[in-house]
Amino acid sequence: MKIHKLLVTVILCAGLIACGEKAPKTKAVYMLIDTSGTYTRELDKAQKIGNYLLGSLNSGDSLAMARIDSGSFSEKDIISKVTFDMRPSLATTQKHQFKRQLDKFVSNAKPSAHTDISGAVLQAAEFLNETQAQEKYILIFSDLEEDLVKGQIRDFTMPLVQIKVIALNVTKLRSDNIDPRDYLNRLDNWEKRVYEGGGLWKVVNDLDRLDKLLDS
Amino acid sequence: MSISEIITLWSDNRGLSLLIWTVLLVTAMYLARSSAHQSIAAAARSLRAALRMTAASLVALEQRMVKRNQQVILQAGQESTERAIEREFQRVNAIVERDLSGYPAAQRTITDLIGRIESDYQASNETPPSPPEWLAAVDTISRIEKGGDSTVSQVLQSIQETIESAHEETVKAYRKSSLDRLQVLKKMLPSWRGLSQTVASMSSAVTDLSERSVFIDKQMDKYERIRRKDEQVARALASSSLTQFFVAGLVLVIATFGGLINYQLIALPMSEMVGGVSEIGGWRTADIAAMVIIMVEVAMGLFLLESLRITHLFPIISSMDDKMRKRMVFVTLTILTILATVEASLAYMRDLLALDREALAQSLAGAAAGNVEFRWIPSIGQMVMGFILPFALAFVAIPLESFIHASRTVIGLVTASVVRVLAYAAKMTGQMMYQAGRITIHVYDMAIFLPLSVEHLVRNSKAAHEGDDPDGINVTHDETVGGTKP
Repeated sequence: MKIHKLLVTVILCAGLIACGEKAPKTKAVYMLIDTSGTYTRELDKAQKIGNYLLGSLNSGDSLAMARIDSGSFSEKDIISKVTFDMRPSLATTQKHQFKRQLDKFVSNAKPSAHTDISGAVLQAAEFLNETQAQEKYILIFSDLEEDLVKGQIRDFTMPLVQIKVIALNVTKLRSDNIDPRDYLNRLDNWEKRVYEGGGLWKVVNDLDRLDKLLDS
Repeated sequence: MSISEIITLWSDNRGLSLLIWTVLLVTAMYLARSSAHQSIAAAARSLRAALRMTAASLVALEQRMVKRNQQVILQAGQESTERAIEREFQRVNAIVERDLSGYPAAQRTITDLIGRIESDYQASNETPPSPPEWLAAVDTISRIEKGGDSTVSQVLQSIQETIESAHEETVKAYRKSSLDRLQVLKKMLPSWRGLSQTVASMSSAVTDLSERSVFIDKQMDKYERIRRKDEQVARALASSSLTQFFVAGLVLVIATFGGLINYQLIALPMSEMVGGVSEIGGWRTADIAAMVIIMVEVAMGLFLLESLRITHLFPIISSMDDKMRKRMVFVTLTILTILATVEASLAYMRDLLALDREALAQSLAGAAAGNVEFRWIPSIGQMVMGFILPFALAFVAIPLESFIHASRTVIGLVTASVVRVLAYAAKMTGQMMYQAGRITIHVYDMAIFLPLSVEHLVRNSKAAHEGDDPDGINVTHDETVGGTKP
């Protein structure tokens, strides 16, 4: 009888040790929205993606949105950022609030003179690393045509270790139609930079397939 | 050394080398024929013996298990019958205490009522009015001839009037007397009814007792048969146990579905309490917390029914003194009610969260939030379900007890069947091994048919020279060289 009791105690203790509370797989998403030139006309699509993200992310996940303008390595370009609360009710309230800020940005957005995509990605990587989430995503809603202000230095390796960079809605420019190699080179160039930084690269142009956007 | 090298050991010509190998092998097999036959036969016999022994052990085990199962079934049946008889005696006791304890009083009542009825009956006896004594004299006078005498006529007229007057008075007196007797009879009516009711209640009690006694007789008969280890009763009990197993299993499946619905009701709102992200062992803490609440409810239900002595899973609770048991009933019922209230509030919170999510989804989809009518109906429905389900789940203890008791029998029967099949398989395999050994010996001889034929020819020719029967020699040769056939 004593042996039985001892066995039961040992099994229970082992079970409790094995079942220690674990941190779940959290996601952190940083979405960059290009506001240069004619790309502001695509903002309704960015809004759609933002809504999808708000619907997909759960308690404990982080979401931030920032615009890409002339000098994007700055906190002032962040439209909104949030880490959803552990309580579902509060997380829903945060989502409502986030949506209001996104809507406000889309309705008041003004085109920027230059496009500092690298600076924006650096800012995003910094934010994502601070969140300490298990899965980190940078969504770049842009044509990926960088147009830096004279004097800005961005030709260095970006720290993107364990970050998945997804280019969304990469539109073809007028020049791409003349020589499609420009478009392909642009994509190749960004892919190379992301891999050099230790990240993963993916391009999603069909916005009807957003359901697989955050699949790891 | 590779296989190819071994094959071409004797010659580079593969065919020639193989031929040499074959000759060598056949020669070796021919020379070792007797020993090989004996070895194969011995191996086959050993295997058969081992498997037969295994089969015998399994059969013995199966018989022991069948016997044990029968004991378990009979024991369970005996306990069940004892409980049934005990319960019937308790009922009989209750009937005797309730109805028959009042028998002396009832008897007194009946005697009183009968006495009263008798006296009333005496009082109501009809006494016909006696005719006046002077009626004969009057009759004689009335027969006298009038003769036209007016005086006589007047006298007779007077007599007639007197007679009529006397008659009317007599009738009046008779009617009054009848009315009085009727009143007495009316007074008897409640006494009759009372008597009838008393007798009916006594009759009902006696009939009830009689029915109970018939049932007790049946149970006692069954009990005696169980004590005698009657095969028929054992089979009936086993069959009943199987039925119990399936019925209780079905109810448990239904209860499990009820538990799942309950879980769905409270899992989402639980994340408001314990957080929606943390996990324990790969499971969401909120889900585990919801499951734990349901389990606690089931446990409380078990303790409650145990305290009420409806189930008998925990002897320690059944053997508690009544005061302690009543306390336990109170405590478990209170905890169950609190948990049910918590569940009802969680169900309401779930509804609020669902509404909130719905509003967010509509907002994200760009649709205007609609105002749904009668939204309060599902809210109240969920709350009611949240409150009722814990109490419904509490009753799972009853089928659980039946299931556990029936499981012993069912597991025993299934295990005995499996052991029986294993025993048969072992016996069958042993026989197959034995036959395989015999076939192997024949195949062995087929492989060395050439030297065997040569040997046969040599022996035949030798026998021909000596004038003996060559077949007889062959038989002897087979017996000595070929070894004993298994």
